[in-house]
Amino acid sequence: MASKPSTSTRSKSTVQKAPKPAKFNKEEELKAYYDMLLIRRFEEKAGQLYGMGHIGGFCHLYIGQEAVVTGMQMSIKEGDQVITGYRDHGHMLACGMNPDGVMAELTGRSSGYSKGKGGSMHMFSKEKNFYGGHGIVGGQVSLGTGLAFANKYRGNDLVSLAYFGDGASNQGQVYESFNMASLWDLPVIYIIENNRYAMGTAVNRSSALTDFSQRGASFKIPGMHVDGMDVRAVKAAGDHAVKWAREGKGPFILEMETYRYRGHSMSDPAKYRTKDEVQKMRAEQDPIEQVKQRILKDKMATEDELKSMDKDIRAIVGKSAEFALEAPLPDASELYTDILLEA
Amino acid sequence: MATEILMPALSPTMEEGNLAKWLVKEGDTVSSGDIIAEIETDKATMEVEAVDEGVVAKIAVAEGTQGVKVNEVIAVLVEEGEDASSVDTSKKAEEPEAVDPEQTESKAETGVKEDAPKAPSLEVASDPDIPEGTEMVSMTVREALNTAMAEEMRRDEDVFIMGEEVAEYQGAYKITQNLLQEFGERRVVDTPITEHGFAGIGVGAAMSGLKPIVEFMTFNFAMQAIDHLINSAAKTLYMSGGQMGAPMVFRGPNGAAARVGAQHSQCYAAWYGHIPGLKVIAPYSASDAKGLLKAAIRDPNPIIFLENEILYGQSFEVPDVEDHILPIGKARIHKEGTDCTIVSFSIGMKYAIEAAEQLEADGISVEIIDLRTIRPLDMETVLTSVKKTNRLVTVEEGFPQSSVGCHIASQVMQQAFDYLDAPVITIAGKDVPMPYAENLEKLALPNVDEVVQAVKNVSYRL
Repeated sequence: MASKPSTSTRSKSTVQKAPKPAKFNKEEELKAYYDMLLIRRFEEKAGQLYGMGHIGGFCHLYIGQEAVVTGMQMSIKEGDQVITGYRDHGHMLACGMNPDGVMAELTGRSSGYSKGKGGSMHMFSKEKNFYGGHGIVGGQVSLGTGLAFANKYRGNDLVSLAYFGDGASNQGQVYESFNMASLWDLPVIYIIENNRYAMGTAVNRSSALTDFSQRGASFKIPGMHVDGMDVRAVKAAGDHAVKWAREGKGPFILEMETYRYRGHSMSDPAKYRTKDEVQKMRAEQDPIEQVKQRILKDKMATEDELKSMDKDIRAIVGKSAEFALEAPLPDASELYTDILLEA
Repeated sequence: MATEILMPALSPTMEEGNLAKWLVKEGDTVSSGDIIAEIETDKATMEVEAVDEGVVAKIAVAEGTQGVKVNEVIAVLVEEGEDASSVDTSKKAEEPEAVDPEQTESKAETGVKEDAPKAPSLEVASDPDIPEGTEMVSMTVREALNTAMAEEMRRDEDVFIMGEEVAEYQGAYKITQNLLQEFGERRVVDTPITEHGFAGIGVGAAMSGLKPIVEFMTFNFAMQAIDHLINSAAKTLYMSGGQMGAPMVFRGPNGAAARVGAQHSQCYAAWYGHIPGLKVIAPYSASDAKGLLKAAIRDPNPIIFLENEILYGQSFEVPDVEDHILPIGKARIHKEGTDCTIVSFSIGMKYAIEAAEQLEADGISVEIIDLRTIRPLDMETVLTSVKKTNRLVTVEEGFPQSSVGCHIASQVMQQAFDYLDAPVITIAGKDVPMPYAENLEKLALPNVDEVVQAVKNVSYRL
């Protein structure tokens, strides 16, 4: 990899102003609404199945953060790669992975994306360019940088999106990756989903610099602070960052200010924040409600039409739950498969 | 249609909880996401959210009820306008649900407890025959490794090398000498000193199908990166149900060099040998270094390739064949013998070979097995030898507890107990951090006398 000629780093701030929210046409508004609602309904169902004991272990829900992955997905093209941490169900659905296969993986069945051997935190789809599903906080940042390295090595024009949270943002390997990505101009977009809490620790209690868009400053990586509850704002910022990386200018950081309604995982009583705070976010900034109000105001669809869409989504999600409960457990012989490939 | 709201489990281990509070009453309309109740366990208080929308037709469990079983119906929702009176809430929690997920599932699915299948046995080919008349050329381990990489990079455009000082400096130990000149900076990549980061980048590149060789200046520094070697490289194939893995090689010097102190002197063979999903290679000779590194680069799995700094400069005979490839997972019988087997690998072989020479003079015929690969371990070759000699000594430089030798001793005990005429002796480094002082360092490492003595002990020739 050729390294850049050194330039003065005593330059202006790396933070760029976020563009105005994208203007969505009817088709885009309805697509954003549908995609976000699918994630929400899926996660509600997953929470319910967890409560019934059908999903084991850890289960981290994406409810509240839907606009981030939905908006970003509208900014990329076929072949671009996506990688994230363990709060990954929403990313998988947004990548176009089949809800049946995702839910069946949550219930640990043979028809799951990883044949039941991965679970909630570990799912992948080569076909949909989804690279997991990683359970070690921050690990996906180096891996996602590696996906970008491969794109540059191959000389294609693809970009990779590496999602991580405000918590992962304090891991050392994140900065090791930032450094190399910038040094080698790798086409990677770092999307920091700042949902304000790293598990139960508020950002101001864990991060010396809570403006995550500045976190690339030491590495000359531009950053942008984005309203992650507004899917149009995400799309506009995503378009900018993706264009930047695709044109060979190197990495870009998008700090998405977002919020998770549910606990860190299903067993989190969320004592570290007030109910009022959660209710206020839901009432005032809900990403799905925002789109809904616009759709109704601009008469892009009627209330009944949206209800019918919701009904369709519930049917898809309901079917995925049925599928996930009816699918057989993996055969015992799967215990020893997929450990090594035949040389 | 009526929808039953069930007592939720907050974790897979929860069996029952208290219904602390209702936030809705019969007749209220709720939509999904609304908090309808609070439940508590000994660990936490949690809110119950409605998943569906509708009218609360019936509250089946009163506020304040203790010990409500998971999955018991606690309320019923009906659609707006639906008659609530027909709702039957007499149903109790279904017994087996949500107790122990493992138990539940095996009961629910098959009714019988499953036995784990037997681990598959691995078929490994023997070394290819070297055609008669093949010239043997003298080559250092360093040259062997360098040639192996160059040949494979010429053969496959997807192979590249990254690491500290691999390009312009020509390699901290000169293993990558001239690769930059031949393959250019796209394929020979100098990294910053940032093992965790570049190991992760290497794995990411491998997940997308490239075949990286990641050089660690020494494996001691790979401790910074071990998470990616194990959690990312070794496990992805399994976690993805076979969809993607990490076809790559992590290589570099391993074990003690000379007088470099505690942090730069340890053997990782046993560490990585522990991990399913990895292959671990630790060659001794130049021929094995070349043949196995070429095989490792072509192998579709993540490989830990443990070299040894002291061996880099030593010369061995290497067959001058066009494509020298050796099987991973196959031990090599270095020398045949009848009275005692010595199993070793990497630089441990030096002690074994010298000891065998001394023992031979004393009339003890030693068979020496060079493992070459630590994982998958070629127990078949070891067992066959032990069944012949009935005695076994293992030799390695790593720490003694849970060493490679310990594992072999345990396998031999389990699979060939009746063939043993004496307990197995495992020789390893001493159970201390590597000291710096010359005399102490010597004491911390195994030595030839120890090996000679061990063979005499198991032969009852004192």
